Amino acid sequence: MITLGETGTRFHTIYRRVVGRGFATATLTATLLGVVMLAVLMFDVFRDGAHEVDGDFLTSYPSRFPEKSGLRSALLGTAWMLGLTAAMAFPIGVGAAIYMEEYAPNNWLTRVIQINIANLAGVPSVVYGLLGLGVFVRAMELGRSVLAGSMTMSLLILPLIIVASREAIRAVPDSLREASLALGASRWQMVSRTVLPSAMPGILTGTILALSRAIGETAPLITIGALTYIAFDPQGPMDLFTVLPIQIFNWVSLPQKEFHSLAAGGIVVLLVVLLLSNSVAILIRNRFERRRY
Amino acid sequence: MSEMIQAPRRGGVEALGDLTSRGPARKRRAIIERAIQAVLFACAAISILTTFGIVATLLGETIQFLRQVSIVEFLTGTRWTPLFASKHFGVLPLVNGTIAVAFVAMVVALPVGILTAIFLSEYAPTRFRSVLKPILEVLAGIPTVVYGYFALLFITPILREIFPQTGIFNVASAGIVMGFMILPMMASISEDALRAVPSGLREGAYALGATKYQTVTRVVVPGALSGILAAVILSISRAIGETMIVAIAAGLQPKMGFNLLQSMETMTAYIVQVSLGDTPQDTIEFQTIFAVGTLLFLMTFVMNVVSDWLVRRFREAYE
Repeated sequence: MITLGETGTRFHTIYRRVVGRGFATATLTATLLGVVMLAVLMFDVFRDGAHEVDGDFLTSYPSRFPEKSGLRSALLGTAWMLGLTAAMAFPIGVGAAIYMEEYAPNNWLTRVIQINIANLAGVPSVVYGLLGLGVFVRAMELGRSVLAGSMTMSLLILPLIIVASREAIRAVPDSLREASLALGASRWQMVSRTVLPSAMPGILTGTILALSRAIGETAPLITIGALTYIAFDPQGPMDLFTVLPIQIFNWVSLPQKEFHSLAAGGIVVLLVVLLLSNSVAILIRNRFERRRY
Repeated sequence: MSEMIQAPRRGGVEALGDLTSRGPARKRRAIIERAIQAVLFACAAISILTTFGIVATLLGETIQFLRQVSIVEFLTGTRWTPLFASKHFGVLPLVNGTIAVAFVAMVVALPVGILTAIFLSEYAPTRFRSVLKPILEVLAGIPTVVYGYFALLFITPILREIFPQTGIFNVASAGIVMGFMILPMMASISEDALRAVPSGLREGAYALGATKYQTVTRVVVPGALSGILAAVILSISRAIGETMIVAIAAGLQPKMGFNLLQSMETMTAYIVQVSLGDTPQDTIEFQTIFAVGTLLFLMTFVMNVVSDWLVRRFREAYE
């Protein structure tokens, strides 16, 4: 299968070396291209937007006057959406993971659920928006509320939480389960007092990463009709709302330069929020890894 | 460590009390156990319900839509003007725009992704790799609205410098940026496939006198081909489903043709466009987004299934 061609000539040796070096350089260049692109993106966004971020920017409502505009309703909306999403997606996701790892019999139904979860992870987020629009906004008549948005977002990130939690649960050694059962624990006692405490750091890491995804998602919330202009604080789960990425999208879509700069400011805030949440996830993971032995 | 040993002991001792006692306590425990199992099953079943919900919602509205528009017109028509007075419901311009953007994204992600995978798997020292990989993963974690901003306000002005005929909204800048968004996924799946090629094959090639370049290009990459193909298909599927980048940077004009410097509308951007407007519900304009969504869902679903099958094949091949 491998044809090496003529060997031996001096020219050929040099040729082979040049090609080899060239190829190695090409692979390195390609890898660095991704890194450079990331750096350029960060630099561009911070250069455009860092000067916008101040106390007023964080505490003012959006406005048609760029100099008075701020992120207040978007930040509150994101907080509401995140809280409700976590309250729904975390217990359901972990429950599903426990079922799949600790209870599910090896039958066709289990396999269907498993394949189904894998497929759901690949569904475009805008399709979840259509689901939320059809089921939560219209059929359940929740309207364009933060609750409807959070339910949509919960379904979107459930596969992520389930997959991460299953991995964390699977990593708990069987000896712990056996010890627990040998002492007379029932299955749920074994799961709740032995498996879950051990798996919790992994589960939390996965959940925080999934929630980070929810913070940045825009399309499904636009599809269910989350408003782009909100100049009041959401007071409850049935209120209309907007979130950070939608506010950014709204500003990017306006033609005036001043609003573009606000959008960049919003992006800086969004990236800082994501950085913080990811750092928390990494901290939890590191602590867990150190504790192991 | 000590914590871990203690935890089961505490749980176990109480449990012993519950289960060895006879009568009502034991029965109560059994009922609780069964109830908990039922609740956990319900959690897992929500994923099935989600799928049912997606299919039912999409199909329900799409059937309504197809009562008024023939499926032949929908799938083969080349004019898409549901929001205008003279309505045409040919979805091909949206499909055309979607394919155009995905094409540009793959022109970026395919070569860069495969070369990155080869570097990380075959050339990079372990330390270098452990620094580079997380940095590249960050690209996948950046919200797509940020990429949209970057495409519209950074890449497009550069393109307009080079090609003055470039539109403010154009396929090229959205596609380029999308290529970098899907790069980590492309690279990561390809790298897994390359790593799955047994080192015995590499050593065999070296033993025959092959250079590293020859080993990589003629043994390792061909050996990982099904996995790389899976990565390509999954990347295309991701590109087709991506919404915000195109909604911000590629414009909202449904068009046939392949002029990448001009604005086109993708299927996803159309869904956003209608959602942002005040189209009344229960009208045919409103139903179009579900019809387009159904088509989008089917396209990505088929691709995901095929790529999943390919991934499983390369995992089996070397086990």
